[in-house]
Amino acid sequence: MAAKLHFSLVSPAKELFSGEVDHVIAPGTEGEFGVLANHAPFMTTLKNGIVRVLENDQTKMRLFVRGGFADVTPAGLTILAEEAVDLASVDSAQVNAELEEVRNKLSAEGKDGPHEATLKAQIDYLSDLRAALAH
Amino acid sequence: MPSLKDLKNRINSVKSTRKITKAMQMVAAAKLKRAQEAAAASRPYAQRMASVVANLAGSMGEGSTGPKLLSGTGSDQTHLVIVLTSERGLAGGFNTYVVKEARRLIAALTGEGKTVKIFTVGKKGREQLKREYSELFVGHLDLSNVKGNDYSDAGIGLGKEITGRFDDGEFDVATLVYSQFKNVLSQVPVSQQLIPAQAPEDAETIDLKGATYIYEPSQEEILETLLPRYINTQIISAMLESGAGEQAARMTAMDNATRNAGEMIDDLSMEYNRARQAQITKELIEIISGAEAL
Repeated sequence: MAAKLHFSLVSPAKELFSGEVDHVIAPGTEGEFGVLANHAPFMTTLKNGIVRVLENDQTKMRLFVRGGFADVTPAGLTILAEEAVDLASVDSAQVNAELEEVRNKLSAEGKDGPHEATLKAQIDYLSDLRAALAH
Repeated sequence: MPSLKDLKNRINSVKSTRKITKAMQMVAAAKLKRAQEAAAASRPYAQRMASVVANLAGSMGEGSTGPKLLSGTGSDQTHLVIVLTSERGLAGGFNTYVVKEARRLIAALTGEGKTVKIFTVGKKGREQLKREYSELFVGHLDLSNVKGNDYSDAGIGLGKEITGRFDDGEFDVATLVYSQFKNVLSQVPVSQQLIPAQAPEDAETIDLKGATYIYEPSQEEILETLLPRYINTQIISAMLESGAGEQAARMTAMDNATRNAGEMIDDLSMEYNRARQAQITKELIEIISGAEAL
């Protein structure tokens, strides 16, 4: 049995995952990358996408992250996500409803409203999340 | 000597005060629990972030200075003091202690001949500092529309404002004064330097075993995106700690107030009973002496 990789994924709201796994695939800004145990020290920024946790070549868990950093050290992989959610716990109907709601809020506020940037970022996040779910 | 009716009225009014303070204490206790949970939930992220920053800053070569947010402007003439207090009072000495620490810092800095600017967060600190230092004020952030313990928007907003002002060259060093939540009974006011960013001394640095880091896209670019977030994270965790501290201080203060009201009620009831007994005795004496006279 190969060595295990210590992987933890934290967002400002909570720690989503922490434990020993075989293999993690994460969406770096310059391309997707995989991390196994004893990876060289490596640091990158992340784009919106799916982090896959693999155990015995089987996908054990899929997490959607919005931006952030990945830090690989001899001690393991740490992902600091701006926002993250376990894909198994999201329901696509709910995401669609939320997306609709945020869009309505944006159009209700009109152009150049005080929350325009935040709402737009939320729309981006939700549509990426929806795409990830359909995947 | 107050009349019986006056005493009765006072007892009733103290009783209703006690009801209010008791209710406030229980509300604060419930809020404290949630605030503590929120603060605990955000801690892993803040800690990891700190150790990543410590790692990065530690591996910056001697020659390269990195972004200004890390290395500073090269001067420390103008200081921005950010004072983080609560929106509401009735929390014992909570805000007073923070303001006292801020005053100490401001006095020390002006004593060294530095220029000081003040930015307040939360109504109470502003009220207390405005009298002395109104000419030093450069801004204020209202926290009254923050719902629950979701400080992320307020924190990111404040972070943006501060880094924006820094980029405009308004100040060289920014220090955040806030109340650190030690435990329910003690909140300690502390001053923490935000800009130039400092990696905490107790952050775990990781032994790379001789290997060198690979950066994507590049170390500078990562630092440039990471540092503003690091500052935001520090602000948000300070806000969470301060929020938890406020509720803890209010809970303690209201507990004391409830107990004091109880003691006062006991004293007043004693006085009331004595006065009533005295009156009865007096009436009896009057009746008896009236009957003897016949």
